[in-house]
Amino acid sequence: MTDHAKITAEGVNVFYGAKQAIRNVSLHVRQDEVTAFIGPSGCGKSTFLRTLNRMNDTIAGARVEGDVRLDGEDIYARAMDVVQLRARVGMVFQKPNPFPKSIFENVAYGPRIHGLARSKAELAQIVERSLQRAGLWNEVKDRLSESGTALSGGQQQRLCIARAIAVDPEVILMDEPCSALDPIATARIEELISDLRGRYAIVIVTHNMQQAARVSQKTAFFHLGELVEYGDTSAMFTNPREERTKDYITGRYG
Amino acid sequence: MASQQEHTVKAFDQDIGQLRGLISQMGGLAEAAIGHAMTALQRGDLELADRIRQDDRRIDAIEADVERTAVRIIALRAPLANDLREVVAALKIAAVVERIGDYAKNIAKRVPLIEGEHRIEPLSTVPAMAKIAAEMVHDALDAFAARDAAKAVEIVRRDRTLDDFYDSIFRTLVTYMVENPKTISQCAHLLFVAKNLERIGDHATNVAEMVHFAATGNQMTDREWGNQ
Repeated sequence: MTDHAKITAEGVNVFYGAKQAIRNVSLHVRQDEVTAFIGPSGCGKSTFLRTLNRMNDTIAGARVEGDVRLDGEDIYARAMDVVQLRARVGMVFQKPNPFPKSIFENVAYGPRIHGLARSKAELAQIVERSLQRAGLWNEVKDRLSESGTALSGGQQQRLCIARAIAVDPEVILMDEPCSALDPIATARIEELISDLRGRYAIVIVTHNMQQAARVSQKTAFFHLGELVEYGDTSAMFTNPREERTKDYITGRYG
Repeated sequence: MASQQEHTVKAFDQDIGQLRGLISQMGGLAEAAIGHAMTALQRGDLELADRIRQDDRRIDAIEADVERTAVRIIALRAPLANDLREVVAALKIAAVVERIGDYAKNIAKRVPLIEGEHRIEPLSTVPAMAKIAAEMVHDALDAFAARDAAKAVEIVRRDRTLDDFYDSIFRTLVTYMVENPKTISQCAHLLFVAKNLERIGDHATNVAEMVHFAATGNQMTDREWGNQ
């Protein structure tokens, strides 16, 4: 539909059993932008994020209706390989979750199972490039064999981003990636997001309004499972169209 | 329009309330200064003229207070959307009101300079002009307190009346000066007084524009300006 739309979602409904968590949400994620999802707890922003790489499939009783397309391809089609989909649409979670393996193995795991490297040297190259892009290389290059879990929280989160990058995704979904990090580590992740912008379409869920304002070009405000407002971040934070958006971002409810 | 709902963090409402209070206090003093300056001018009241200069220091002090409060709100509350626009508007309005106070003070300074001279007739039309200017200031600050964009538009349009007034006084004073060179000194001072009032009107117009932006998030259009 629109130019550069990487992901298009049309009329998406999500149910957890009988409870409807997402109501008729439509939005487009652009290839060259960072899109932020904001809204109070339980508003459905994480649920909606998870529909974009079918993470809701793993939740018992969850049901998704509507149309979600990646480059025009229906990701809920029977023929869609979900493992492949999640390599194309990578994810970074709230708490850093490195594997209890070496730093090298954390990053090498994905390319290896997806058969992205033909040789050891090529795999090492992918690991280095991913760690470089995640801004972690200089800190870990001399201790790649140490455990990933021995790193600091901020480093672990960048390791998880390197892991997501290693399989050469097209989209990276981030679910509150900084909520467990201190301000410096947070700033480094935000800087990383702006470095990665353009190379990957990025969608970030955040509770931190200032963070959404800092890192994104588009912002979507969710409330009670509905998409209340979606538009340019700068307009959203200076002059939102909807009363509910204004009340939320100015701290009047939520 | 602006939401009447309170912030979850009550201290935020208190901060904003404090900022509004300071602006309205400042505006009240500036408006009074214009009125007093006219009275002093008409009566040749040197004592009143001196008091206006004293009062101007209070306006300056409140402006500094507004700055401190606004900076603190930005630092501690990280205001967004209408809150952000209001804090920014308050900061700018304070600077403008301070200028308005300076113009009133400048008028007061001229009182002793024309004291003792025979009063020429145009002196009686200047207070009428001052009344319009003071009303514009008053209404612009009322519009800020009420976040009333429609009222802001109405104030902007009034500025034209003030400009017409100035042109008329200018022509009258020039005629006086040509006909009777003895009045030149007094006329020159009155010319500055009229010019100051005209500038006060411009500043009130600026305030109204900021009120419009704070209330709606948009600049006034040409149509609202009455340029079409």
